[in-house]
Amino acid sequence: MKFDTPAGQNPIDQLKVVGKPTDRIDGKYKTTGTAPYAYERHDVVPNQAYGYVLGSGISKGRVRAIHVEDAKRAPGVLAVVTTLETPRLERGTMNTAYLFGGDAIQHYHQAIAVVVAETFEQARAAAFLVEVDYAAEAGKFDLAAEAKGAPPVPSDSGEGSGGDGEERVGDFEGAFAQAPVTLDETYTTADESHAMMEPHATVAAWDGDKLTLWTSNQMIAWGHGSIAKILGIPKANVRIDSPYVGGGFGGKLFVRADAVLAALGAKAAGRPVKVALTRPLIANNTTHRPATIQRVRIGATQDGTITAIAHESTSGNLPDGDPETAVSQTKLLYAGANRLTAMKLAHLDLPEGNAMRAPGEAPGLMVLEVAMDEMAEKLGLDPVAFRIRNDTQVDPQAPERPFSHRDLVGCLRLGADTFGWAKRNPRPGQVRDGQWLVGLGMAAAFRNNMVLKSGARVRLDGSGTVTVETDMTDVGTGSYTIIAQTAAEMMGLPLDKIVVRLGDSDFPVSSGSGGQFGANSSTAGVYAACVKLREAVAQRLGINSADAVFADGAVRAGNRAVPLGEAAAQGALSAEDTIEFGDLAKKQQQSTFGAHFVEVGVDADTAEIRVRRMLAVCAAGRILNPKSARSQVIGGMTMGTGAALMEELAVDTKRGFFANHDLAGYEVPVHADIPHQEVIFLDEVDPMSSPMKAKGVGELGICGVGAAVANAVYNATGIRVRDYPLTLDKFLERMPDAA
Amino acid sequence: MSRRDRVADAPVMAKVGLTVNGQRRELDLDIRTSLLDAAREHLHLTGSKKGCDHGQCGACTMIVDGRRINACLTLAVMHQGSEITTIEGLGQPDNLHPMQAAFVKHDGYQCGYCTPGQICSGVAVLAEIEAGIPSHVTADLNAPIEVSAAEIRERMSGNICRCGAYSNIVEAMTAVAGRQA
Repeated sequence: MKFDTPAGQNPIDQLKVVGKPTDRIDGKYKTTGTAPYAYERHDVVPNQAYGYVLGSGISKGRVRAIHVEDAKRAPGVLAVVTTLETPRLERGTMNTAYLFGGDAIQHYHQAIAVVVAETFEQARAAAFLVEVDYAAEAGKFDLAAEAKGAPPVPSDSGEGSGGDGEERVGDFEGAFAQAPVTLDETYTTADESHAMMEPHATVAAWDGDKLTLWTSNQMIAWGHGSIAKILGIPKANVRIDSPYVGGGFGGKLFVRADAVLAALGAKAAGRPVKVALTRPLIANNTTHRPATIQRVRIGATQDGTITAIAHESTSGNLPDGDPETAVSQTKLLYAGANRLTAMKLAHLDLPEGNAMRAPGEAPGLMVLEVAMDEMAEKLGLDPVAFRIRNDTQVDPQAPERPFSHRDLVGCLRLGADTFGWAKRNPRPGQVRDGQWLVGLGMAAAFRNNMVLKSGARVRLDGSGTVTVETDMTDVGTGSYTIIAQTAAEMMGLPLDKIVVRLGDSDFPVSSGSGGQFGANSSTAGVYAACVKLREAVAQRLGINSADAVFADGAVRAGNRAVPLGEAAAQGALSAEDTIEFGDLAKKQQQSTFGAHFVEVGVDADTAEIRVRRMLAVCAAGRILNPKSARSQVIGGMTMGTGAALMEELAVDTKRGFFANHDLAGYEVPVHADIPHQEVIFLDEVDPMSSPMKAKGVGELGICGVGAAVANAVYNATGIRVRDYPLTLDKFLERMPDAA
Repeated sequence: MSRRDRVADAPVMAKVGLTVNGQRRELDLDIRTSLLDAAREHLHLTGSKKGCDHGQCGACTMIVDGRRINACLTLAVMHQGSEITTIEGLGQPDNLHPMQAAFVKHDGYQCGYCTPGQICSGVAVLAEIEAGIPSHVTADLNAPIEVSAAEIRERMSGNICRCGAYSNIVEAMTAVAGRQA
């Protein structure tokens, strides 16, 4: 189905199932431990051996020799595969660093060997017997040192943000010089790790020259093609299965070393092998969100109208890598006639920087929305009012291009009312609650809506059950449930008559999960397949499909009502289709909007920061399942709070690696860090986005929330820290006298 | 020590008898096997998850002799005769434990990987409060402990949820505690 005109009335608009807060259909499996994740697939193939991955102990240079004799003789060892005996393997889709093969080391903990043994304990013990000789080389590891002279570089996050290395509208420098009120500040954000709870893991089994990988991956079609390319085998000989993914956040968009080494290890051992990256390997072996240095300049008239706005970001990456697209939202979020954005890229020899939840916008808004808070204060304006004053209903770089639907102002106003924003004291450092300095902060949320081609197959059987198959993944996003809701709505069935099967490369290719494009795109694909199935049902029953009404488990036409299952009494009916998107997204800008409001307490003596209240108001088209969508938003708010207050991969700039590479050293929010979180969705639809009239919401929650936390901390203390994360050491010496 | 000296000997094996979810299980294990791997790899009880293998994330939480522990931080052979409850022992897909049902109702999870650990911890936390075991945030050691949001958040902080379902987990546990009261 081609989607190239705005959606009209369609069966989804009935909202009998879609749009209702719905318990996840996979919930009973996840809560009982019976949902199978990659490393647990004892059921799929017998005789699995265990692989243990070794990572490089240097950050740059060459591997001279790997001594494996002792390891190979160790009890239970079946095979040892080293990078030296393997030619450098091709890279998969969108990856910068090589995963395995050859003697070159590009980054710390790059995989250099896998030891395969009968048991995990034997593989681990034998791995410690491997000795490696390196020829280390000097590398570049310090972003601040390399930032000077970093050139502007174009980039596309692949997740809805990007552009040219430098983009200009009007005369930024001239307008900024003339503006009566100006701000020019520089901020930094830290390297961050996805730190998903399930380590990257794969079971690999060869059957002759055919390979099956039970793995944990967000993008099955990418992974399918990548594995074939990396191993140099035909795609037709590879199957990937990933029905449950224990978190990805962008870290599992791509095939990683676990999949490659499970496949190589299985080949070498002559039997199935399973490999999980150990937790201490993950931060350096895989990808991360790159740190940024960002400069924002804003010029405005006395009444708070922005006349000039510039946002420049510098980040680092390996050669062939991309810059973090941290300035993209600044092209679209606020009005202003004179504009400049730039992305600069420094060469660093740290591990690969790549997509992490809301790449670009997450660190970009952490900065832009603090700059807006600072500017509002300079203007003597309320931060909410300042943003409303500079709202735009068109793309400021191309004013002939409107937003398909934009209600940022509605989010800001409703959020301010709901949160009690009017009670905020605009003078910082004035409100005390016992030992706590209390502050309120807010920020706008913004994230583009992407639509991607997505396919599905639906089959009706004689019992009246519809089975949906698509290679879409559920990474905690709720895909199983919204896909079931979509099929139920289209076919007039209750949810328990829908079976959803996901994550298998034998199924039709979907959008996959990333960039908050999955929910809208993949359900639109299911919609398309169901339209075809409805036609097939009508045809089988001899009904004009235009007259057929699918409701209450039956098909009705005129006075005739037939239980749906009867259409398949003579054999199952199957239909497959793919939604493909025309140029609607080019004609009108599709984005999602929100407003974050946060209250913090800062301990007057220790500067410990506690988040006390959080509210997000979101405008993201039709919300397919308000229950799981809310969870996506609070999850983003939680991760964004981590980015604001604690998350930082600490760079050892001498030896070139992330030193705190486990879950004790790399701190993420825990229960005690997060208060009750409130989310309000504006009731809206966007017919430009898809037949579902929905938009992405999975990443909107992380966009802007860090700045709202930072602005609240400033309001509490009067101390503006521009280097994330806002740890107490950056406040202590500047704290107001506690006495 | 030269590499040659470090060549691993044949694994030392030991028999260990455990009661897992009410069933007596006899295992012959490499003594290096963690309780978590004994469950996941030997008993094929894969509900308990391995998130870090270092006691940092809580995904492996089991209830052992009435107390929750990180099963990755303890060796199976240390638990001869222990009574162990894993997530599989609390309830099954068509027979959910009240805590499991509350997690579904309140959407106290997303990807599901930390969930068994959260639920085992959640059940044990309510029992700890009921038993009068204080926590860092307990204000009055002489009064009965209330199942407050602050108590839940403090006691659950060893169970990381990267999807960020904390707010919903507190609601699920509060609902179960209310039912128990």
